[in-house]
Amino acid sequence: MDSQEGGQRSAAALRVHGLTKRFGTRVAFEDVSFEIGYGEVFGFLGPNGAGKTTTVRTLGTLIAPTSGSATVAGIPLTPENGVEIRRRISIMPESPGLYLRLSVAENLQCFADLYEVPDPGDRIERALRAVSLAGRAHDACGALSKGLRQRVALARALLSDPDVLFLDEPTSGLDPVAARDVHELIDTLRRSGVTIFLTTHRLEEAERLCDRVAILNTTLRTIGRPDELRDRLFARALAVRTLAPLPDPGSVFGGLAAVDGWHQDGPASYLLAVSDSTIAAPAATRALVAAGAGVLSIGESRHSLEDVYLELINQDTEASRR
Amino acid sequence: MSISTRRVRAIFRKELREYRRNKSIVTGMAIFPLIFLIQPLVVVFVLPTSAAGQLAHEHLLLYMLGIPALVPAMLAAYSVVGERQQGTLEPVLGTPIRREELLLGKALASFVPSVAVAYAVYAFFLACVELFAHPGVAPALLQGPYIAAQLIFTPLLAAWSVWLGIAISARSSDVRVAQQLGVLASLPPVLVTSLIAFNAIHATPGLALGLAAALLVLDGLGWRLTSAAFNRERLITGTR
Repeated sequence: MDSQEGGQRSAAALRVHGLTKRFGTRVAFEDVSFEIGYGEVFGFLGPNGAGKTTTVRTLGTLIAPTSGSATVAGIPLTPENGVEIRRRISIMPESPGLYLRLSVAENLQCFADLYEVPDPGDRIERALRAVSLAGRAHDACGALSKGLRQRVALARALLSDPDVLFLDEPTSGLDPVAARDVHELIDTLRRSGVTIFLTTHRLEEAERLCDRVAILNTTLRTIGRPDELRDRLFARALAVRTLAPLPDPGSVFGGLAAVDGWHQDGPASYLLAVSDSTIAAPAATRALVAAGAGVLSIGESRHSLEDVYLELINQDTEASRR
Repeated sequence: MSISTRRVRAIFRKELREYRRNKSIVTGMAIFPLIFLIQPLVVVFVLPTSAAGQLAHEHLLLYMLGIPALVPAMLAAYSVVGERQQGTLEPVLGTPIRREELLLGKALASFVPSVAVAYAVYAFFLACVELFAHPGVAPALLQGPYIAAQLIFTPLLAAWSVWLGIAISARSSDVRVAQQLGVLASLPPVLVTSLIAFNAIHATPGLALGLAAALLVLDGLGWRLTSAAFNRERLITGTR
């Protein structure tokens, strides 16, 4: 799995700087910069038409960038390096793209030869075992369900032991069980140290699988660990629920340690903006008990990655309306 | 630039497997040869011994060069646009394969079965003439220069058709349109052989050599020109 035969492996599996792709006057993505380390699972999120697939195709040397630079698996992204880069990466496109008249094994045999993998028989067997399809090698791909075809496509992507694996919407159109199977496969790959670049608009998928995520909406809106993004975008808060509405909530929450402000969130629920919830939560509990309130719950108000995503995309939508 | 024979072989083998299991291709490969076989067979079988002498001036065998001109065009026209339509082109182009390797593999997969079919039909025709035609017909028909012309021009015409078909396929977005255009574009060589067969163009060894040399040059250029015109980005994104 070394990216530099006989040499030093570069620090980043992917390094992208100011990358832009335009089709005529239409901008697919613009000024995109990020770095991904080896062994990282990186989520690339964005709405339809945000430029996610075009970014994957550009980094996979299928299309040429308009401007900017990148190194992929340690190799500069230039037209001359296309073959060398494609040797070290694997792309699983959104549609599995299998030869439906050929069997699973025939499909994999073809790709093993295209990657010139040594001992293709053994490699095919391992790839099929990795996606739990060892018993279906001789089935025609056309006879497989959508979920199984996706698994074959994943096996095909694993044949060459890639340094970087691009998965473009791997669970798109799959039912929850098939999607869970793909998630488990990605988890297994992560544990074995494969660098994964995952594009998706399933936010729970990204939150569960990715070490870091980037949100793209033609330009890169944000990048970081999911919890970092939440902290960056939303103030920390405590959610308080009481049995009955407090007669004077201001006197209960006003002046509490580490509480910066509060507002009523429902008839008997309150949201406290806090600077440190480990100080604010015990203080709020004591104040509520002292005020004789029946406390139902006090807990940190958690924002999901979906909240982050929607907040950023909504900002873009509002900006484009202005 | 080095060509990987393993990758070329992978594409060649995959294409043959696909062709074998694609009914429309198998049917197309059977229909064209039948069309070009039946007419000369009927002519030969109804010809009495007394009229056998006129065969020497009719160049009937050249008619069968339509098979290597048209069958590969139909196969090659499917090769790129067919992959594009079934969504398999992107995964293939995402591998380390060079466009020259991809096109060579696809060209061979159209060329080899087409030439094999053309030779087989031709051999079948010769065997039928030898066995079932009236006495005197076979010796008048089966003359060395015609058989040599058939053997030499079959691969030359097939290669020309293959490159034309692939070039059209790489620029098309629909399999049927590509196949129709491929067959249309392959008609000029059929027209030339027909004009020779009908004595509109006088067949001489010099003309045969000139045509063979021209086809050889075109075949050599075909690979380079088709490779140069093969645009990965346009094929993937559908942009013009």
